[in-house]
Amino acid sequence: MSRYIIARLASLVFVLFAVSLIAFLLMHTVPGGPFDIGERRLPEATRLAQLQKYGLDKPLWEQYARYMWHAIHLDFGIPFQSPTDTVISLIARAWPVTIKIGLLTIGISYTLGVLLGFIAALRQNTWIDYLVTFGATLGLTVPNFVVAIWLVLILSVRFQLLPTGGWGEPKQYIMPVIAYSLAPMALVARYTRVSILEVLRADYVRTARAKGLSERRVLMAHVARNALIPLVTVVGPQIPNILTGSIFIESTFRIPGLGRFFVTSTFTRDYPMILALVLLVAALWGITYLLTDVLYMVLDPRIRLTAAFGGGK
Amino acid sequence: MEASTATARELPVAAATRTRTNLQQAAQRFVHHRLAMAGLVITVVLILVALLAPFIAPTPYYYADLAQANQFPSHQHLLGTDAIGHDFLSRMIYGVRTSLLVGFVAVLISCLIGLPLGLLAGLRGGATDFAVMRVVDVMTAFPGILFAIFLITVVGGGVLNVIIVIGVTGWVTICRLMRAQLLSLREEEYVTAARSIGASEFAIATRHLLPNALAPMITTIALAIPTAIFAEAGLSFLGIGINEPTPSLGKMVADSAPYLRVYWHLGFFPTLAIALAMLGFTFVGDGLRDALDTRLR
Repeated sequence: MSRYIIARLASLVFVLFAVSLIAFLLMHTVPGGPFDIGERRLPEATRLAQLQKYGLDKPLWEQYARYMWHAIHLDFGIPFQSPTDTVISLIARAWPVTIKIGLLTIGISYTLGVLLGFIAALRQNTWIDYLVTFGATLGLTVPNFVVAIWLVLILSVRFQLLPTGGWGEPKQYIMPVIAYSLAPMALVARYTRVSILEVLRADYVRTARAKGLSERRVLMAHVARNALIPLVTVVGPQIPNILTGSIFIESTFRIPGLGRFFVTSTFTRDYPMILALVLLVAALWGITYLLTDVLYMVLDPRIRLTAAFGGGK
Repeated sequence: MEASTATARELPVAAATRTRTNLQQAAQRFVHHRLAMAGLVITVVLILVALLAPFIAPTPYYYADLAQANQFPSHQHLLGTDAIGHDFLSRMIYGVRTSLLVGFVAVLISCLIGLPLGLLAGLRGGATDFAVMRVVDVMTAFPGILFAIFLITVVGGGVLNVIIVIGVTGWVTICRLMRAQLLSLREEEYVTAARSIGASEFAIATRHLLPNALAPMITTIALAIPTAIFAEAGLSFLGIGINEPTPSLGKMVADSAPYLRVYWHLGFFPTLAIALAMLGFTFVGDGLRDALDTRLR
């Protein structure tokens, strides 16, 4: 087990380096630099001075090596777009907002999703099942910015129940969380439904019924427990996405979160910010996947893990 | 199904009839699946609209009459007009065309990259598998939206480039599933049986692994189409998708945002069309899975 975890962490370090290198090469391939943007071009001398100040006149490999050296020491530099901040302080300010929405989203969508999937499976091929399946497909397929726009239109403009956006009061959390929850909720509901249907046909469920257990006990002790284990592998990988926010939701509701930086930093060629975000997502991704796999193994003793590194099959 | 392929060489006639009935059974299950049939009808109608766009659209997609801008649905313009005076119904019809084109071609590209890589990893195993999976890891860990924006900035906007970018970012799921299928099928008893009677690795791959891996792959590929349409909508929303004057459903939704308070039709109809397209493909995909997957029966 500990061998497995160490191998996976080694693999994560590789992914972090690879991801940062790709991001680095990509952003230097893209035409335009951080000081070419805006209405007026900077005078050539100023531009060169700026490039020199941030070390952008050095050869690429040296820039990369320097960046990674600082990054290992947890110094991610200064964002070009707000030079009075550091990348760390900017992320530290924006991320909690996104995390707050993300955690609410995870809590609400996963609970409701499991519940709806469970009900649909128990009432398979009735109108309840069709309604849940239809709703889940709709939730999974309508883009969240579309949901967001229509929420604003109906709840804020038409009925004036909620503010159209902004950040601060709990009232302003409601619409973003709804818009953000629909897709994961639909996903969880769909998987729960299929998983429960499969387990309902299992021999041990028939045995449990045959030995006279109450329906309630059969469902809780046998069906739910076994059906929900594989769900971990579906739910886990969603978490990094949800916790790093969505530009679509954040721009529609004017939320000062992390999501928008993924787009603004690329548009403005804010190199330090781009690299920090890429590393953040990759690290979050690696850790979530590892936790998911370990949790899956703990929950289901039949699964044995083989290390990605060296272990092979 | 396992038995029929394993004894195919000995009993060609019996195997042929058996396979046909399996397919017929699957077709029958599909036809009786209400949501799947509804999905099929929606999909076929949308494909017809896309193919026949020049014949059924009242005006060409680029024709605009500023004097008629921002009109609500009426007899003259069934779905109204947009802020520049395009007939909205015509824009919608051509928008369906663009969105379906993006969906189909982007998924084709994803398949062309993902299927061979998944096959290679799953069949060869060892170092090949290791290398492919690390590429998959890196692609998964890289924020998709950043990757797409970078690529679009390098290659430029436009329908073709958007399709390529979505295809190039979308192959990972297909590759991963293909490999996973092969790995789990390799452990099946009928594969061990085939190996024990001396079947070559090539024969095992082509006769046992691939045919059995096909059903879940078809489903995943069918579900990848709405995902690609979704991705185009997202890129267009950010203003880096398809350029004017070509309409796409995603772009129409995105463009409608500032006008929605008054001109609700600009957002309502494209949203409806996207939802319909997605529902159609997803229901067909689900129906295919239910019909083809032998474990769910």
